[in-house]
Amino acid sequence: MNQQVVVQCKQLRKTYEGGVEAVRGLDLTIYAGQCYGLLGPNGAGKTTTIEILEGLLKATSGEVEILGMNWRRNSDELREALGVSLQETRLAEKLSVRETLELFGGFYREARPVDEVLEVLGLTEKADAWVGKLSGGQKQRLAIATALVGNPRVLFLDEPTTGLDPQSRRQVWEIVRRFQAEGGTVLLTTHYMDEAERLCDYISIVDHGKVIAAGTPAELISGVGGHHCLEFALDADVPVPVETWRQLPGVGGVMSEDGHISLTVEEPHRTIPALLNLVDEHGWRLNQLTTRQSSLEDVFVNLTGRHLRES
Amino acid sequence: MNVEEMNAITARRIVRHNRWTGYRVLLAARLKEMFREPEVVFWVFAFPILLALGLGIAFRDRPPEAVRVVIVQQPGSERVAELLATAPGSQQLHVVQQPPAQANQNFRLGKFDVEVLPQGEGVEYIYDPARPESVLARSLTDSALQTAAGAKPAVANTSRINSEPGSRYIDFLIPGLLGMNLMGSGMWGIGFALVEMRQRKLLKRYIATPMRRGDFLLALATSRLILMIAELVLVLGFGVVAFHIRVTGSWAAILFVSCLGALSFAALGLLTASRAQKIETVSGIMNVVMMPMWIFSGIFFSYERFPAAVIPLIKLLPLTALNDMLRAIILEGSSLASQAAPLAVLCAWGGLSFFLAVRSFRWT
Repeated sequence: MNQQVVVQCKQLRKTYEGGVEAVRGLDLTIYAGQCYGLLGPNGAGKTTTIEILEGLLKATSGEVEILGMNWRRNSDELREALGVSLQETRLAEKLSVRETLELFGGFYREARPVDEVLEVLGLTEKADAWVGKLSGGQKQRLAIATALVGNPRVLFLDEPTTGLDPQSRRQVWEIVRRFQAEGGTVLLTTHYMDEAERLCDYISIVDHGKVIAAGTPAELISGVGGHHCLEFALDADVPVPVETWRQLPGVGGVMSEDGHISLTVEEPHRTIPALLNLVDEHGWRLNQLTTRQSSLEDVFVNLTGRHLRES
Repeated sequence: MNVEEMNAITARRIVRHNRWTGYRVLLAARLKEMFREPEVVFWVFAFPILLALGLGIAFRDRPPEAVRVVIVQQPGSERVAELLATAPGSQQLHVVQQPPAQANQNFRLGKFDVEVLPQGEGVEYIYDPARPESVLARSLTDSALQTAAGAKPAVANTSRINSEPGSRYIDFLIPGLLGMNLMGSGMWGIGFALVEMRQRKLLKRYIATPMRRGDFLLALATSRLILMIAELVLVLGFGVVAFHIRVTGSWAAILFVSCLGALSFAALGLLTASRAQKIETVSGIMNVVMMPMWIFSGIFFSYERFPAAVIPLIKLLPLTALNDMLRAIILEGSSLASQAAPLAVLCAWGGLSFFLAVRSFRWT
């Protein structure tokens, strides 16, 4: 991969009036051609971070450099080079899809032809429909289209698939992949772990305004202590200490929650027989036993003790 | 990056835009949005016409009504009736003969304005001095009777009728309606549109693009001027066609003053909408701002009716200045130069509002 740095931010901080610290010392480095994900629960500071990068908010302190430029000196050039889709912009309802793209394209010195953008985003059939008549997925594709029509080098997408049905989400992913394949760089925020896992080359997990872990999805998952997750529930007369499970062969991590035990393991075929033997020896009853691939959700739970959705 | 990807980038087609493309697309979008809003079309175009039509009909100049005279049937009543029938101007009198009881009863109920009671050679009038039409009826009947009996006026006199366009209520009303319309559509048109865009996070989305903020304001102002021309032609044109209003001043002066009014109220709308986050908030503020002008600025009746002490204050309101200028130019044919004071008032409101609005404006 080309190692040119596109976005660099160091020790980014944002404290709102009233003292809320939304971002507390956040670093990130995005390389050309990457699809970079900020994954974290609601309120983690993802939107504040991306809006600082988009030049919509001023950081309290810290440095931001995009394409070798910064917002103090090169704001006009930066706006020409970036494509932005905000969380929850409701575009004018009584303009057609085509008129909306002509409007946004008109703001840029160099824009992509509207028909081409319509084609790429699968909106050609809806070109003359009013925005108010579009479905949620179509509206979201149009929002991304208004970012792409300016022929950006970097795309910032804030929660691009929140509230969309699975099919519309996949369509959005396809658009992002295509932009990336054409050489574009993408930063997106999401609180969907599957989205981050499938779409992003590199992920920073953000919680309480800080990056708590960063890496490729595979690196993050192997950091949990195993690629598989072994989950079971037990009927036992006495509580079983967590240490019992840790001593089983190949166990990288243990989580216990309401009688449900979850082990991260590297090789299930070694751990499972040992587990079954142990249960048998003590005369316990196993209520449930499943294995699955570890996910970023496990990474988050492991790091914070909370689930992504509940915080 | 592989060769295929490089090709994809270089093959991408590009449209180049000039300095004014942003302004042009903003204006086009604004105009389309405006005319696709049924409420705008109604309030801006249909409402003032309906109002002018309704008020114009209610206050139209009627031909003078005949006064209603009852002659009490008794000896001599036939002679009085004949005299009245032959008197010049007898078409103004509607004369009936009735028996005494019935005549008294009907006069009391207001069906007649005056009751004539023959008294030998002369007559006695029964009338009510508290009812103007009764006083008029007594006087007209007596004068008709005297003239018919051969009396000569002691002072020679002639009369000429003057009810030409210019002094009627509709003449007063139409410039006022035009002023009211320019105020309303300037404030609602700009204020609502802005707050709605802010509420939708559309303003925030715009400033994430290279859009020039000055172009955005310029496009808003231009859209107001275009709508203003339509309003002017419609309201004044309606007055001319339907009510034969005579426009005595120059159209250039009318256009100039209307532009100034439209822009000043657009600036006031910009100010009221400069920070509001919700439509409800801005509509409250606008009603507070416009209410005094609806009452005091002489839309439907002259502000001269208010106590003399407050009139100088009323003249400081922007709508008063606009209405005064429109009336002076349209009805009296005044020149722009003679309107220095109201021109200054209107410019001051517009300029100050614009300055404050731009300073405090929030895009997010």
